[in-house]
This record gives sequence, structure tokens and C-alpha cells, in this order.
Amino acid sequence: MKALEVKNLSKKFGDLEVLKNVSFTLEEGEVLSIIGSSGGGKTTLLRCLNFLEKADEGEILVKGEDVYSAKAGEKPVITEEAQLRFGLVFQQFNLFPQYNVLDNLTLAVKLKEKNTPKEQIEEKAMELLKKVGLSEKAKNYPCQISGGQQQRVAIARALMLNPEILCFDEPTSALDPELTGEVLRVIRSLKSDNRTMIIVTHEMEFAKNVSDKVIFMADGVIEEMGEPNELFGSPKSPKLKAFLSRENFNQEI
Amino acid sequence: MNTDFLSVTLYLLEGFGATVKIFLITLLIAIPLGLLICFGSMSKFQPLRWLMRTLVWIIRGTPLMLQLIIVFYGPGLLGWTAFSVEMATYITFSVNYACYFSEIYRGGIENVPRGQYEACQVLGMSKKDTFFRVILMQVVRKIVAPMSNEIITLVKDTSLARIIGYYEIIFFGQKYIKLEGILWPLFYTGAFYLIFSGLLTVLLRKAEKKMSYYNV
Repeated sequence: MKALEVKNLSKKFGDLEVLKNVSFTLEEGEVLSIIGSSGGGKTTLLRCLNFLEKADEGEILVKGEDVYSAKAGEKPVITEEAQLRFGLVFQQFNLFPQYNVLDNLTLAVKLKEKNTPKEQIEEKAMELLKKVGLSEKAKNYPCQISGGQQQRVAIARALMLNPEILCFDEPTSALDPELTGEVLRVIRSLKSDNRTMIIVTHEMEFAKNVSDKVIFMADGVIEEMGEPNELFGSPKSPKLKAFLSRENFNQEI
Repeated sequence: MNTDFLSVTLYLLEGFGATVKIFLITLLIAIPLGLLICFGSMSKFQPLRWLMRTLVWIIRGTPLMLQLIIVFYGPGLLGWTAFSVEMATYITFSVNYACYFSEIYRGGIENVPRGQYEACQVLGMSKKDTFFRVILMQVVRKIVAPMSNEIITLVKDTSLARIIGYYEIIFFGQKYIKLEGILWPLFYTGAFYLIFSGLLTVLLRKAEKKMSYYNV
């Protein structure tokens, strides 16, 4: 069964069509990278999948169940538990500054699972902190740790709710280059847990190595989609060719 | 009237009790009322938003002293039952300060990054939990400094209630001019304001410090 099916998703901001009939599917445990120039619609697509934007038209299915469907001119239908089937890690981390690392992880779960013992939730949080290598920072506030560590906390926070599909919105774009490695390593370790993930990224090498599938988006449409070897090795669309040569050029200088 | 230092001090202290009463009642009402006005002025329901913004415009655009006079004398002129001096004072001060507070709150709320709301949403938190567990604390921290300013101003604004005959400390001080022909007790009232606002400054700064355990 497909972990995720996206059918004909469209989104307009005023007159600007940001997404035009976007469709793709993901198998369970697959990692999808979405690449493309700024303004191509990658982030909007991710935000639609997390319902931060409401797509104007289209359907989103998780494991065959319709979680979101919208028709032009009608109010979109979104199921109650749709939100928690997806998790999102933001470019700017968006940790809660007034809570320490541990509380950042446990806050939402404690509010949601009022009957689960506190200790059990905190134990799970500590396990996840260990996984991202930050056990010793549990009592620190976000402002006391580095950007890379903050992003790792944000990943652990998203994992607390055990989303079926974990999304990353340019997770390393706000980081100094020397801090991106630690975050990418954590994401890579999640792949070995067989977790379904969607990553919007500018890290081409990473996309090439970690993904099972890559989507190149330009002007709101999926310009090209395929396995990383094909897509990076023998790009077909002229826009992708231009994009890749620009990226290579940028990397050389 | 005894005009020795101790008697004057005790007498003025009585007047200052009335001043503090205006101060406390105003804060007690204006702090939550301001939040309601703030929500109203940010409401998606246009008539409510328009109404609240007009109220804030009128209250902030006219002198507090004039507002006191209108609230105290206005109802009588229209043939309604007038408010007592105390009532008129508390109503005017509370509404006036609530309007100023509402603008401070609004600034604070609008200043919380959108990412905080979005993080709450993707974590499946309810609107209520989002506001009370995440946003409010960040707003409070942002507004302590401007609120401190208003609170200190309120200490001194209470003296305006004298215009409709509220017996506060300035009124008590002026009695010595009328009855004894001495001026220094009125000057001396300044010391009471100074000490009180000094105490408040220390207290508010402590609160500010307590809340700056984190950086944004």
C-alpha cells in the first residue's frame, strides 16, 4: 500500500499559481527529496502536506485513507487526525524559547495524552534525545545550544508524535556550513529506521545519497521525477539541466 | 489641624491610601479588560474590530481629565443617574488604561513569530493550548517593559481624579493651604509618589529579570 498519494494538488496565492496539478506517490519507508529553485513551489507543497496552507484543489491520501480533499470553490475536507499523520521540521527550527529542550519535546504529547504517565512521556523524550545525540542538553534552553543542536531537537520533537510521514523544510538552510553535517547525519539515521520522509533541500549531494526518489519542481509543476541516479546522472528536462549546472557551478566557486 | 511633620505625614498617608486604591482597582480591571479590547481590535469580525479601534482612538485621543469630567457630569446632563465620584473615577481610569494596555498587548501578540503558531499546529496543539502554553508567555515577556512604563504613569495620573473631587493625596495636601495657609505639605506629597514609584520600579525590574532567563 502507498504510504502517501498526492493527487492533482493546486494552490493559488491571489492570481499566482504556486502549485499546478501536482501528483506523486510514496511507498512506505521511502525518502523523497524535492529540489528546485526558490519560488518553484517546493516549500508550498510541503506546507500543503502539513496543512499550514490549504490546497485549493486536490487530494491527499495516507495509507489509502483520504485525509484531505478540496474542490475548486468549496471548503476543503480535512479529517480530524490528518495533522498528526504528518510531522514537519522547519527551516527556522521554531523551538519554544521559554521551554527547555525536554519540555519542548514533551509539551504537545503531555497535552494530547493526558492519561499517559508523565514519566513515560519523558522517558520517550530522553530516548529520542539520545538518538539525536543530545541527552546531556535536556535541561538547556534553546538559546543555550547551537543552531545544529536546535535543529536536532526540532527533529526529536517531531518524532515524539510518531508521524507516518516526516517532512523537512530546508532543514539546513538556516545553519552555518559546519553545522549542516550533524543534522544531515541525524536525518540519514532516520532512513535506516524505515521512516517515510520528504525533504525539501538545497543540499544536492545529500539528496543524491539519501533519497529513493527525487522531484525537481519549477514554476509550480513537477518538472521531472525519478530515482536520484537518473535525475542527477541524465536529466531530461532543460530546466533541470540548467538548474543542475548552476548548482555545480556554485559548488565549484 | 496640626502642622507638625508627623501629623502631616500621617494625614497625607491617609490621602495616599486613596491614591493607591485608584491605582490598584484600575490595574485589576484594566489588565484583563485590555486583553478583551485587544482581542476585539484583532477580531476577524469587522464591526467588532471597527468598534474597538474607534474606542481606542477616542480614549487615546482625548485627555484623561476631560474623560473624568464627561463620565462624572455627562449622565446627569442626560437625565440619568450619575455615578458616584469613586465609581466615575474607577470606570474612567480602567477604560482609559485598558485601551493603552490593549495596544501594548496587540504589539506583543503580533510580534510573536508566525513560526511559533505553525510549530504548535503541526504538533497538533489546540488553539487554546497554543495561546496559553506557548504564545502568552512570550507576549508577557515582550510587554513587561512597556507595561512598566504605563504602570508608573498611572501612579501619577491618579492625581487627575481630584478634578471631580476624589479625595486623594493632592486634595489632602491642598487642605493645608486653605485651612492653615502653609504650602509645604502639598510639595511634600511628591515624596509619596517618588517612594511608591521607586518601589514599583524595583519590583517591575525584578519581574523583567525573572522572565529574561531565555533569549529569543
